[in-house]
Amino acid sequence: MNKIALIIKREFLSRVRKPSFLIMTLLGPLLIAGGIMLIVYLGMQGSSDQHVLVVDPNGVIASKLNNADKISFFVDDAAWDDSTFKASPYTVMVRFTEEITDPTALIYYKKLPNLGAQRTIENELEKAVELLKLRRAGIDEESYRRVRKNLISNWLDIEKTDQESLEQERAGIGFFFGYFMFIFIFLYGMQVMRGVMEEKQNRVVEVLISSVRPFQLMMGKIIGIAMVGFTQFVLWIVATTLLIGIGSAVLLKDRYDPSTLANTPMTAQVQKQLGEQATAVPDVNDVKLLKAMAMLDIPVILGLFLFFFIGGYLLYSSLLAAIGSAVDSEADTQQFMMPVTLPMILALAVAQMAVYNPESPAVLWCSFIPFTSPIVMMVRVTMGNAMLWEVLLSMGLLITAFMGTTWLAGRIYRTGILMYGKKASWKELGKWLFYKG
Amino acid sequence: MLKLEGIVKRYGQHLALDGVSMEVKAGRVFGLLGPNGAGKTTLIRIITRITGPDAGQVYLDGRLMTNEDVAHMGYLPEERGLYKKMKVGEQALYLAQLKGMPKAEAQKRLKNWFERWEIDGWWNKKVEELSKGMAQKVQFISTVLHAPKFLILDEPFSGFDPINAELIRNEILRLRDEGTTVMLSTHNMGSVEELCDDIGLIDKAHLVLNGSVEEIRQRYATNTFRVELTGNAVALGNALSFTGELLDAQQKNGRTVARIRLTKGMNLNKVLTQLLPAVEIHAVQEEVPRMHEIFIRAVSEQEPALVPADMTE
Repeated sequence: MNKIALIIKREFLSRVRKPSFLIMTLLGPLLIAGGIMLIVYLGMQGSSDQHVLVVDPNGVIASKLNNADKISFFVDDAAWDDSTFKASPYTVMVRFTEEITDPTALIYYKKLPNLGAQRTIENELEKAVELLKLRRAGIDEESYRRVRKNLISNWLDIEKTDQESLEQERAGIGFFFGYFMFIFIFLYGMQVMRGVMEEKQNRVVEVLISSVRPFQLMMGKIIGIAMVGFTQFVLWIVATTLLIGIGSAVLLKDRYDPSTLANTPMTAQVQKQLGEQATAVPDVNDVKLLKAMAMLDIPVILGLFLFFFIGGYLLYSSLLAAIGSAVDSEADTQQFMMPVTLPMILALAVAQMAVYNPESPAVLWCSFIPFTSPIVMMVRVTMGNAMLWEVLLSMGLLITAFMGTTWLAGRIYRTGILMYGKKASWKELGKWLFYKG
Repeated sequence: MLKLEGIVKRYGQHLALDGVSMEVKAGRVFGLLGPNGAGKTTLIRIITRITGPDAGQVYLDGRLMTNEDVAHMGYLPEERGLYKKMKVGEQALYLAQLKGMPKAEAQKRLKNWFERWEIDGWWNKKVEELSKGMAQKVQFISTVLHAPKFLILDEPFSGFDPINAELIRNEILRLRDEGTTVMLSTHNMGSVEELCDDIGLIDKAHLVLNGSVEEIRQRYATNTFRVELTGNAVALGNALSFTGELLDAQQKNGRTVARIRLTKGMNLNKVLTQLLPAVEIHAVQEEVPRMHEIFIRAVSEQEPALVPADMTE
């Protein structure tokens, strides 16, 4: 036991002290936060001013088109041909097709405006055309606005009528957990495999196993690397949160600070929009996600997550360690990698399916099979449609399976690390299982 | 000290060791010899408990060996290496701690060794910055640092220049004199003659030769003598007619050096009695076979059981 602790310590320290760990720890959050900030920043950066010419000889546009930030509309009832538009200072030209009742807008551009600008232009046109249609149908605009409201629908479990089910949102949370497991197992399981291969190639392994049991060496490596992973992720989460906090404070300060807003000369339109935004209820989806989170029993979910996560990691990393021990070079790993990575990718696909079709037999079965259960069961649990006995059975199977794979891997490992020059095949690995220790 | 009884080990269809029994005596240097692929490494791995035998027992000091005994062993494998990115000092400390040494004690002893070998400056160097020979030195220190009672060295001289090989040789002898039992596996027959007290030769999974170096060299002696003489060659030939055979004769500094093999049943005294009247004898020396020849002869023998004590060819 003491020796395992020594091995864990070495595996952990030797990786954490590497310059690459420091670089990744610093770079990771910078990349994530930077990426997020870049998207936010680019989204905020309106494209260049758009001067939209609406060619409307038939009088489709019934109301005034409202100019938005950096977008100005000009309606002309004369026909324009393409070349005149090309020569004009307008950036976008809108024509309507001939249908009187249901015209289609053909929008020509010189340079494609960004998505936000496209949406704004479309919305303004739609509003105007809608008004035209209302008038033609003789519908009062006011009553139409009252009638035209989205239907709010809630799905309720008959057993728990006091609360909305919010299954999709909860499945989303489960899927997030599953995705995290997938990345972690893949990233650090591969590190385990490389570490084993390195020891074999270095020829340091025979010196080591004259002092410790091969199994201790393998488990020490698996646990040590897992701790490196935890450390890295915790640092990333802390640093990313900090960076995003700082970044948004700096970036958004000018935009939404009311004092600067008050001083900026703005069109009444923009002020009105901002006012609406401030008072508007947040997006319905956001609320649902928060509600879904509040519905989850956080300690139970986190506990289960930790269990399935560690179980899955042990299962896969022990197999990867066995592969690392069996081969002489990275190129030889290919034939063994496929059967190990495939179930993981399958698990992710099935988990995705679980979000939309939670009752499917594939989801049910994959939540029991240990190679896929950590990810799939996690989704089922957060969705709240797994029975207690199902969860317990899945956990039991996972425990049995990872004890099985670590035992199996241990047997392949102790033979494999001392085998040089022999091209490992599946048959060969099978034989190694039965060599007497 | 160490006793092996009927060790059998097979890998699938391949029989690596077939009933090997032998004994390594305490406080001596035992040479484990054999051609490549004979089963030496397998035997060593069984002794170090890296792998287990299919049949047979390993006894240490008269009782069955256990996993705990490994802590009192030092093993320098032929395939050796160190973590390239680790610092020399840390690495040596790590290996010592894995052997069960407390950190402080290991540090003290390491400092001692590093000073003695004048390599203090290496402590904070990374292994990848060392030359092969330097890394081998670190490896040797790591092997013997915990003062093992039983030391197994597999090709300890490979990768060393003659000066460092001498350094290692002296350390081995010093350790032996301090009471360490050493098992040395090597293909360098010169160092076997220099260092080993006993040898065991393994070929094709069998132990074909076992005993003290002296005894084995005697066993392989061919009754050949080198006689320095002056006198008539014909007279020499006549004098030897019934007692021995003249293998060859060379002129050296005005003297003839004749290699004479005695006929079966003859002894040196009888031959000399014949020779004395015919020629003038200056010196006589028995030709004892080198380990190198013994090795080749023992291995080229088809049936190990037939290796005779009085081989004439």
